[in-house]
Amino acid sequence: MPLLPLAEAIARHVHDGASVALEGFTHLIPFAAGHEIIRQQRRGLHLIRMTPDLIYDQMIGAGCAAHLTFSWGGNPGVGSLYRLRDAIEKHWPQPLGITERTHAQMAVAYQAGASGLPCGLMRHYAATDLDRAGAGQSAPLSCPFSGDALLAIPAITPDVTILHAQAADSEGNVLIRGILGASREAALAARCLLVTVEAQVQRLEAPMNAVVLPHWMVSAVSVVPGGAHPSYAAGCYERDNRFYVEWDDIARERERFQRWMQEFVLGSRDHAQLLERLRVPA
Amino acid sequence: MSSACTADEMMTVTAARQLRNGAVCFVGIGLPSAACNLARRTHAPELVLIYESGTVGTRPAVLPLSIGDGELADTATCVVSLPEVFAHYLQRGRVDLGFLGAAQIDRFGNLNSTVIGSYAQPRVRLPGAGGAPEIATYAHEVLIIMKQSPRSFVPRLDFMTSAGFLDGAGARARARLPGRGPRAVVTDFGILRPDPVTDELTLAAIYPGVTVEAVRAATGWPLAVAEELETLPPPQSADLAVLRELQAATQRAHSAAVRIPRPAST
Repeated sequence: MPLLPLAEAIARHVHDGASVALEGFTHLIPFAAGHEIIRQQRRGLHLIRMTPDLIYDQMIGAGCAAHLTFSWGGNPGVGSLYRLRDAIEKHWPQPLGITERTHAQMAVAYQAGASGLPCGLMRHYAATDLDRAGAGQSAPLSCPFSGDALLAIPAITPDVTILHAQAADSEGNVLIRGILGASREAALAARCLLVTVEAQVQRLEAPMNAVVLPHWMVSAVSVVPGGAHPSYAAGCYERDNRFYVEWDDIARERERFQRWMQEFVLGSRDHAQLLERLRVPA
Repeated sequence: MSSACTADEMMTVTAARQLRNGAVCFVGIGLPSAACNLARRTHAPELVLIYESGTVGTRPAVLPLSIGDGELADTATCVVSLPEVFAHYLQRGRVDLGFLGAAQIDRFGNLNSTVIGSYAQPRVRLPGAGGAPEIATYAHEVLIIMKQSPRSFVPRLDFMTSAGFLDGAGARARARLPGRGPRAVVTDFGILRPDPVTDELTLAAIYPGVTVEAVRAATGWPLAVAEELETLPPPQSADLAVLRELQAATQRAHSAAVRIPRPAST
């Protein structure tokens, strides 16, 4: 596991056209890594995330994405993701293909990917329009033992999964604490795993049964303090709910969004400078 | 409706009153979260709250803005992964009550939270399914909170995201969905409940000062009205005081600046 500066980790492992999952459910969203992908102007990505959140709103609006696999595309507790909406409703800045699932389906698909299975199973009852809209993206079958109705969901196996975590030790073992979402499954399903961390420590002091990703499955670790902002890292800093509310105005119109991206993301050389420009107190 | 409280407050207090102490509730953000936490502070202190972020048995001191605020994890009995919360808690049948809202509802309590217009070329792209379809399927019963208007209470959904009673008249039971479906729809006019035979949502209760004509005008289908229409009592001032205190504490917490301790930038 090499310890790499974030810009180098992205340059080395995230290529145009790749399928990329930046996971973390509300908590530990790898914003710094997403911003670096935007700075390096990756194109044609297949973005995968249960909740696209502000980071994919930004990446979609910046023109990084050709396709999105997701299960809930809003600004939590606030409203719309306007850049995501603009891409689907008006094809701006370019058309965006979508694969739409429920949270439970995404979870099952990641678990299958993490287990080396071609698909995952869940129970199936009445078909909703979601089943009909995603023709070929799920398939009903019956249990060979009980005859119960099941739904098969194809596995998700991202080329690259990127997570943010509180800490890695000197070997590169990664400890995640707090709300996990499906980040562990997304990590284990990926061909390549990149992790940004708040800090590198000598020893993780991880309790038994803690969520630790062993160093030999991590392709690169980058130390990026505040790397989840405006999301959060439990034990390090809180969610910046005020910023999530402000994003509603920033992202609503194309021009203001582009000015904001230019001033803050593209105009900053790294995450530390971005946090300075956003005047996030240390 | 009493002018002393807002529509949101009336809905929140009314929804809270529907919650039985000790029930295991799968909670969404917004009004459902406010209602559950109001109930927990008043008549239902042993309500078990599960948010889909995997926070189980959480007792937040302030309302979360997002489904995964740190407050929910810090005050939870346990924090499980998302695959676990959907498989082991919801699909396994461990949730008594699910709380849902949507952009559109039809007369059988089916919900749309996906698109307005066509799916391929939507006029308005809504956030989408999230956990709603599985909550609607597996929770033993479902409470729906929505503001009522002809745009939201529609004769035909643009898209069915989550199943209520499907085509009604026992269709849900015949499809063998594990949960019983919507028990009540709390709106800004009153409460609708499914007819035991037809499954059609029927006006069962109204707030003081609300007329049946007004509710009919806010409904996109010919609304059935219960023979014994109940008039709900206005919210007790004690409930309102608890709710307002909770909202004020939440407002303070969400407007505080976040500090990120870090080395100085070079």
